[in-house]
Amino acid sequence: MARRRQPRRIARPTRRARRAPPARPGAPAGTPAPGRAETLEGTVVFRVPFPEQLDDLKGMSPIIVKQPYHIDYVHSFGQDSPFFAGLANRRLLGTRCPRCDYTYATPRLSCMVCGSETDWVDLPKTGRVHTFTTCYFGSEEFLPECPFSLILVEFEGADTLFLARLVGAQPKEIRVGMEVEARFLRNAKFKPTDVYFVPRRP
Amino acid sequence: MALKGMRPVHVVAGGVSKFAKARPDRTFQPIVKEAFDEALQDLGLEFGRANELIDGTVGCYFSDHFMRQLKAATMVQDYLGLCPKPSHRVEGGGATGGLGFQEGWKSVASGLMDVCLVFGWETMSHVQTWKGNEFIALASDVSFDYPVGGFYSGYYAMMVVRHMHEFGTTVEQMAHVSVKNHTNALHNPYAQKRLKLSVADVRAAPMVAYPLTRLDICVMSDGAACVLLASEEGLASIEKAAGRSLPRVVVTGVGRGTDAMRMADRPHGEVILLPHEKPSDYKGLKYPGVHSFRAGRMASKQAYEMAGVKNPIKDLSFVELHDAYTSSEVQTYEDMGLCRYGEGGPFAASGKAFLPGIDYGLRLRGQGTIPVNPSGGLIACGHPVGATGLMQAVFALWQLQGTIPRHFGDAALQVKDARRGAIHSHAGTGTYVTVSILERQD
Repeated sequence: MARRRQPRRIARPTRRARRAPPARPGAPAGTPAPGRAETLEGTVVFRVPFPEQLDDLKGMSPIIVKQPYHIDYVHSFGQDSPFFAGLANRRLLGTRCPRCDYTYATPRLSCMVCGSETDWVDLPKTGRVHTFTTCYFGSEEFLPECPFSLILVEFEGADTLFLARLVGAQPKEIRVGMEVEARFLRNAKFKPTDVYFVPRRP
Repeated sequence: MALKGMRPVHVVAGGVSKFAKARPDRTFQPIVKEAFDEALQDLGLEFGRANELIDGTVGCYFSDHFMRQLKAATMVQDYLGLCPKPSHRVEGGGATGGLGFQEGWKSVASGLMDVCLVFGWETMSHVQTWKGNEFIALASDVSFDYPVGGFYSGYYAMMVVRHMHEFGTTVEQMAHVSVKNHTNALHNPYAQKRLKLSVADVRAAPMVAYPLTRLDICVMSDGAACVLLASEEGLASIEKAAGRSLPRVVVTGVGRGTDAMRMADRPHGEVILLPHEKPSDYKGLKYPGVHSFRAGRMASKQAYEMAGVKNPIKDLSFVELHDAYTSSEVQTYEDMGLCRYGEGGPFAASGKAFLPGIDYGLRLRGQGTIPVNPSGGLIACGHPVGATGLMQAVFALWQLQGTIPRHFGDAALQVKDARRGAIHSHAGTGTYVTVSILERQD
């Protein structure tokens, strides 16, 4: 018969221990005394299987815990802010280089071609589908919106493209070259999705 | 053409952990050590002696988000017993491993180190797949791209839809890549997905982002890989310690390129030409647009020039390239000059990129011209991001050593008389790309 092991250090806190006064000055009421097996979430772990022989520990199943990680990032649109102010005012803005005339359908303040500072310009409200896809899966944040269609829009007079959602078209109807027109959210959320596109109806 | 003042760099040994969907049995450090131990075992070098010889390391992993552990490369460095030797971490999205390989090359070529260990890994199983997709999508502009529906499969889908529009590429041609890479992996015990598939199976799989199905897309992985790089002097000391001479495999070319983070910003201009191409090949083609990877072309051009590769399909014995998607393998054939721009689809279906002597269940006229991803690539091996580019280096080394039969326990994937191979590592929507050329010299 196996030798009886010493009682484990990790003890189950009693009801009394949980109600016990703070063990350290300043700690909130209910904080267990050091050495109690209680995590911040109040999880109590007990009766963890343990082999008689330490050599057997290498055959142990891994212990897997969850570690939550929630953050609110403070994101500034910085020099691109006017674009989002534009969407809130039903204006679709791009930028144009005053020196080389290169026109950006997704704004950037510095011209990639000649390095000059660009100026804000209105983009046409209609364009054409340069390419497209329909996503049936997605990142966690967008899973509830699946399926959704993404397009890159090309505009007359612009040298670069603009990424947007296409709404109001069945996946099978979407074609490269298809005419689309901009629509704006009534209540801006200060996201690039404040503008979306729909098929242009004659 | 060698770079002025740079020393030749030998690829001496490598190791790969078996890639898996999840490795809850180990934290990341021992997974890297599995790869390290394999490299040492291959050399017959014991741990203490190896650590005396290693001058420093490069640690590669992509995402701090996946592990919620910053400075993780230090934890590998100490686990391997390599403190206080110099080390630095490299991160460059999907190209992390390829960049790390080249950083190791620089350390040795420059004379800074005689022996450099490059190790890389990713443990992606700590989050659910959809959260992982979110993390990966954060490698797109979070002001303009991510909030619209950030999803890499969606981005690649849009790129290949334009490729299809521009050149007539078909989904069946793309599916050939999936069949090839999954079939190759049947002979690679390191691979995560080893499947016998047909073109119809690929198309019948659940649609992820039109036109890419689940079998057109690589999977997330837990895994590690490492390579040992050395100068002539470093190699001599390793040979002395191992008590035998080793096959000479030298890095003869390195190249890198970049492109704009936002696909929307890619220009529509002139094609960057490789030595075997001429401007008249591409009359009227607007380049790179969203259909081609300018960074991949730039990286190839630099690496080929340095290595003296004139015509890649003739001068290379095989290519291990970054097939995160079947579509990106097709696009990369073109960037690397294995065929002309626009011919990637027919090239895929021709069988030229398939290995000779393997039955893929397809009618292939040109089978075996230039095997691409003989290992199974990312699609079948898995894509533990920081390890991937190094896995390619290890498999390329074994091809050039002729040791694939020993390492895989199966000779089917050994490219006959492999003399020169290219490895290609690719980040983002083509934002960083590296190409390195490895050659057997004896």
